[in-house]
Amino acid sequence: MNGDLDVLRLAASLLLVAVAVALSSVQQLRLSRTILWASLRALVQLLLVGVALELVIAPDRPLYLAWAWVVGILVYAAVVVQRRAGAVPGVFTIALAALSASAVVSLGVLFGLGVFPLEGRALVPLAGMMVGNSMTATVLVTRRMAAEFRDKRDEIEARLALGLPAPAAGRPYLREAVRTALIPQIESTRTVGLIFLPGAMTGLILAGAQPLEATMIQAAIMYLILGSVATTTAVVALGVRRRLLTADHRLVLPQARGQRR
Amino acid sequence: MADDLISFEGVGFAYGATPVLTDLDVRVPADGITAVAGPSGSGKSTLLRLANRLLLPDRGTVRHRGIDVATIPPPTLRRRLGMVFQRPSPFPGSVRDNLAVAAPDLTDDQARRLMARVGLAADLLDREASDLSGGQLQRMCLARALATEPESLLLDEPSTALDPAARHGIEQLARSLAEAGTPLVWVTHDLEQLRRVADHVVLLMNGRARMSGSVADLDAAARSDPKIAAFLAETPPEAREDADER
Ligand SMILES: Nc1ncnc2c1ncn2[C@@H]1O[C@H](COP(=O)(O)OP(=O)(O)OP(=O)(O)O)[C@@H](O)[C@H]1O
Ligand SMILES: [Mg+2]
Repeated sequence: MNGDLDVLRLAASLLLVAVAVALSSVQQLRLSRTILWASLRALVQLLLVGVALELVIAPDRPLYLAWAWVVGILVYAAVVVQRRAGAVPGVFTIALAALSASAVVSLGVLFGLGVFPLEGRALVPLAGMMVGNSMTATVLVTRRMAAEFRDKRDEIEARLALGLPAPAAGRPYLREAVRTALIPQIESTRTVGLIFLPGAMTGLILAGAQPLEATMIQAAIMYLILGSVATTTAVVALGVRRRLLTADHRLVLPQARGQRR
Repeated sequence: MADDLISFEGVGFAYGATPVLTDLDVRVPADGITAVAGPSGSGKSTLLRLANRLLLPDRGTVRHRGIDVATIPPPTLRRRLGMVFQRPSPFPGSVRDNLAVAAPDLTDDQARRLMARVGLAADLLDREASDLSGGQLQRMCLARALATEPESLLLDEPSTALDPAARHGIEQLARSLAEAGTPLVWVTHDLEQLRRVADHVVLLMNGRARMSGSVADLDAAARSDPKIAAFLAETPPEAREDADER
């Protein structure tokens, strides 16, 4: 590809940002600064990632760099989960374990069965898609679990008081939280392609791939995301359940201050 | 004491920074009905939760028939000590489904008998539990607790939402259970009810047992302890208001 041309194209696309800014000031939305700032920030972030990717996945780079990158985003994702759903104690560990387990399974399938060649240029973006989506689902299910167990605390304690062990007492509420957390993902899988083409497919088609080939790759990615989101959601829900319903069969809600143990 | 159903020995408990029980010593005998009374917020419900280990004491020991409850697997302990909570909580599904959570192998016959025992019509079995009235719900929760065939029962104000006839029914049921060898702990706001049902009384105040003994002991204590006298004089009207709110 021609480097100068790419810069020109990028500059041209900035015209669209200018349109958004112009609209915003005409309609007095007071969003001009925010739009400019967000666009700039996105550009810088993408450039940084682009440069980093050059270092990590250029064809002459060793594969372990790509794996290190994957480990890095796993840890970073767990930090983000901790920040956004930190009310549940120990959620960092739960998220890290769940995201890693799901990465091992889903990347294992994709590369183990040869769906994609095991190279940095495949590993890094696929792991990014997988971890990014799973991270969002992890935050969602953690919050749902905490809310559901708080709402239904009377019911859960009544089940415990009937002599049900912790897993059985929590099961209906865990199931509900997992269902709620998975529905957006299932919805978007169901309607994929009807209106907007998913990012990977758009990119492939723009880069000149045959639409059918792009479709195959997109489908594989979609299954990767669906599978890993489902796996992480289930593992995280189980982990959170074990935090809220202890090994000695008590319900311990976060911020119920008396219950330290 | 191996003879006691439940004993609290030097038990302290706080919700975070809010101390509720401080150095509580109480013995619940293994026979008859033990009424637990005390001002609102004195820790009566907390005491029941400590007894079946939904809460752990910060200090001291809780024993069930002489055995430290910390050493009994909680599901086992809880199947022995049935519990009816202050706030009734129906599980999703029908009344029958609710009973089946407690006893998955319950037959239709057994379900009908449970309903009869708590004074509910058997045709309510297939009603959505959340559609029951407050009083029906309270009795369903009692039936649910009985479904596990516990050897003793912890009741947290189980008749507050009931009319006099239904309340009388529950008191009769408690009496016959006690006579058949199922000891009960009955938390109540209603001092008239306490006089009707109690074989033993525990009065909680300021995190401790202010008195425990028979109903006659309670009246005797009121003569020498002005705080107890004030509690006995003041509680009934307030208790009725509470019950109406629910
Ligand atoms: N989960 C909780 N978190 C914090 N404080 C609590 C919690 N449950 C109860 N408390 C507080 O502990 C104290 C004792 O509560 P408890 O429910 O045992 O009282 P009670 O004697 O049963 O009162 P009532 O007669 O109104 O039912 C109260 O001050 C209450 O506000
Ligand atoms: Mg109470």
